[in-house]
Amino acid sequence: MEHPGAEAPEVQAHARHGVAVAVLVWAVTAAAVVATVVATKHWWLPPVASTQGMAIDRLFLVVFSIISVVFVLVHLLLGFTAMRFRQTSAAQRAAHWHENRRLEAGWTIATAGILIVLTIFGGSLWLQVHGSPPSGAMTVEVVAQQFGWQFHYPGPDGVLAPVDLTRDSFRSPLGIQRAERGAADDVITNELHLVVNRPVRLLIRSKDVIHSFYVPHFRFKQDAVPGRVTQVWFTPTRTGTYPIACAELCGVGHFVMASTLKVETPDQFEAWMASPGTR
Amino acid sequence: MAVIEQEARTAHEVAHRESFWRRYVFSLDHKVIGIQYLVTSFVMALVGGLLAMLMRLELGWPGSSWPLLGRILPQGFPNGIMNQGFYLSLVTMHGTIMIFYVMSTALTGGFGNFLIPLQIGARDMAFPLLNMLSYWLFPVASAVLLAAFFVPGGAPISGWTAYAPLSATPLAGPGEGLGQTLWLVSLAILIVAFLFGSLNYITTVLQLRTRGMSMMRLPLSTWALFITAILSLLSFPVLLAAAIMLLFDRHAGTTFFLPAGAVIGGKTITAGGGDPLLWQHLFWFLGHPEVYILVLPAMGIVSEVISNNARKPVFGYPVMVLTISAIAFLSFLVWGHHMFVSGMHPMLGTAFMTTTLIIAVPSAIKTFNWLATLWGGKLRFTPAMLFAIGFVSLFVTGGLTGLLLGQPAFNMYVHDTYFVVAHFHFVMASAALFGMFAGLYHWFPKMFGRMLDERLGRWHFWLALPATFGTFFPMHFAGLAGMMRRIYSPQMYGYLSGLSGVNAFVSVSAFVMFVAHMLFVVNVVWSLAKGKRAEANPWQATSLEWTTSSPPPHGNWGERQPVVYRWAYDYSLPGSDRDFVPQTVPAEVAAPAAVQGGQ
Ligand code: HEM
Ligand SMILES: [Cu+2]
Ligand SMILES: [Cu+2]
Repeated sequence: MEHPGAEAPEVQAHARHGVAVAVLVWAVTAAAVVATVVATKHWWLPPVASTQGMAIDRLFLVVFSIISVVFVLVHLLLGFTAMRFRQTSAAQRAAHWHENRRLEAGWTIATAGILIVLTIFGGSLWLQVHGSPPSGAMTVEVVAQQFGWQFHYPGPDGVLAPVDLTRDSFRSPLGIQRAERGAADDVITNELHLVVNRPVRLLIRSKDVIHSFYVPHFRFKQDAVPGRVTQVWFTPTRTGTYPIACAELCGVGHFVMASTLKVETPDQFEAWMASPGTR
Repeated sequence: MAVIEQEARTAHEVAHRESFWRRYVFSLDHKVIGIQYLVTSFVMALVGGLLAMLMRLELGWPGSSWPLLGRILPQGFPNGIMNQGFYLSLVTMHGTIMIFYVMSTALTGGFGNFLIPLQIGARDMAFPLLNMLSYWLFPVASAVLLAAFFVPGGAPISGWTAYAPLSATPLAGPGEGLGQTLWLVSLAILIVAFLFGSLNYITTVLQLRTRGMSMMRLPLSTWALFITAILSLLSFPVLLAAAIMLLFDRHAGTTFFLPAGAVIGGKTITAGGGDPLLWQHLFWFLGHPEVYILVLPAMGIVSEVISNNARKPVFGYPVMVLTISAIAFLSFLVWGHHMFVSGMHPMLGTAFMTTTLIIAVPSAIKTFNWLATLWGGKLRFTPAMLFAIGFVSLFVTGGLTGLLLGQPAFNMYVHDTYFVVAHFHFVMASAALFGMFAGLYHWFPKMFGRMLDERLGRWHFWLALPATFGTFFPMHFAGLAGMMRRIYSPQMYGYLSGLSGVNAFVSVSAFVMFVAHMLFVVNVVWSLAKGKRAEANPWQATSLEWTTSSPPPHGNWGERQPVVYRWAYDYSLPGSDRDFVPQTVPAEVAAPAAVQGGQ
């Protein structure tokens, strides 16, 4: 105002703030990127231990890469526009254009293209994961209740006796009537033991409210809904001990509704099955 | 197109004779009602925010003792240590309050009421009495909701999604008695308020537009609010029905959501036929549109603020209208993406995945349009603009993780973990909130006739954006590492022990964020008392509300309602000497050649 050429204070302020906004947006982006890189070392998906889990991890990596690139590009662009097009003089004038069919068609088609590919990949993996279990899969029934898990094995005869949760009691766990056909040798446990590389078919049910059977290392989760039996399957690929958690809010004890999954060699598994503590 | 000129008989002429009560409390004036909605929402936001702070205290330092809190809240903190049921009632009430009693009410109730008549050149809403009733149901609903904290058993613990059967019987846990019933009743009352409001907005936009205000000349904020009203009107009744059915299950012995043979709290359900998944379908049939009920108005506001502060027409206006409508329509078809692992048929999973990924297309287009609006502009960085830019950043961040969540196979891993919490807090608690702040900074002068303090507003933004990222970004890592949501403490699980630093960091960021948003409250209080007086059009904006005084008189306009000659985005029109041309300027006056111009 004092000497010709100097800009009004508000204009100067906008010019300064434009730079500051750009720096802030870029700084936040950089922090997010650095944090993510650090996270891959410390707070990332736990080691995978099932075939389905491996396929899911591959899908994750593809989609994650795409969205990371888009995240960075859009933020670079956002910071850039703030910097480049900030008001720096009173005489400056904005452009007036507000349509550009080519550009609009271009980004619509590009976005749609990426999403179509993702739909196809994602859909086929989902159907594969939820297909019918291979023959020869072992069967285990999983029963959830406030606030614990029980696992029901058919025993040597391979016949899973019918459970009746309305008659569940200390004397007849899961309400199984030992006199019924195939019931005598059934095994009910508080830990899930599985055989490495052998597909397993789970029948998931709940006695009371909704719970969710969650095995992070298998990338696996399935709700246990009272009144229905949900069938799912997967194949463990690495021996070891893995946590089982409840992932659906089920009441005050939700956070302690844990169990353990042991993936074993066939021999170890048979020995466990036969041990008196288990039977 | 029906354009009905409202008579000047509206409240206008009785203005002087009105008592204090009629004017500020039981007011029929849409502006007062809008402000009432905003103020009440802010009170609820304070409550919801404090609940979140308590949650973060627990999650940051699980199992710690807080003797002072033990003294203030002996029920929730016996011996100073938070109790598990209390934690879950915090989760439930926080989510419920923030979604329904803060964001929905502020964005549609607050901005919807304040802006729609002003932006379409009407004197008031089509049904002022209904409007007043709509507002007054809101504090009633809020009181009923908060009462749940004080009844035996306390507030409900079933989350804002209230999944049955946990929510269907008092035997399922503490808070599932009277607390859950109050929750349901309160929600039902609030839904009626939303329905009254929606009817009003739709009718008003369709019937009361002033002369010349064709639909394709409406500002995008009004377009967004209009579409949102349609969305609410079609989706909320479903939740109302579900809530009533659940009340019947709880109190009249029906079993809509209770399966035969379930044994809850030692009691066997004998009458059968119910299905817990029915609740989820009904809930999410509203629940998903609901997230767009929050974000669409924010998108409209942001479009408005960006165009105004870029001094440039909004890019791709017809496409913006089209994408708002497309998103609204598609939002009815994606609810199942909340239920991929619920046990519904896997084929449905693929169908819902497809619709979910389709909805990403209009969302991406909108983002590109905002960037294109900024491109080539002459940007002014008012606080409103800062928050609008923040909105774009946050919306993109939250939207992108939606692409991961939309993959059912991967969703199986992160569903019900902190990854989801991060996702929805970016889009709803951050982006929609920033959109709301953009709107508040932009229209505050019109609402109260005072300017907000710019410096304080900028400080608000400088603190809030990094704090928001600091709070919600690391939640992605917690989720990827497998930390479940709605857990009182992750300490039960060895594989989560590495996250304690992350959780403490998130909590500290959350406290900073809370303080940052408090700056806004300080700003409002200070500015109402001492702020600079606002002119009619402090931002050199084009839409109709800026052609009347700040604040507008009762009845909005003087003797004559304004007449509209152009769309709302004639910024930097070639040939015009000023860089904006209000909608009321006849076509001949400013810039003959290039009115619809462009390349
Ligand atoms: C506009 C603002 C916000 C909205 C709309 C919002 C929405 C929600 C919703 C819907 C939930 C899910 C509730 C549930 O799990 O049942 C939630 C949970 C949560 N929110 Fe917010 N929120 C907002 C602000 C905040 C803030 C400021 C914080 C501060 C840290 C916060 C922290 C949390 C936490 C810790 C949870 C619990 C997650 C869990 O355990 O599942 N939220 N919020
Ligand atoms: Cu649980
Ligand atoms: Cu959804």
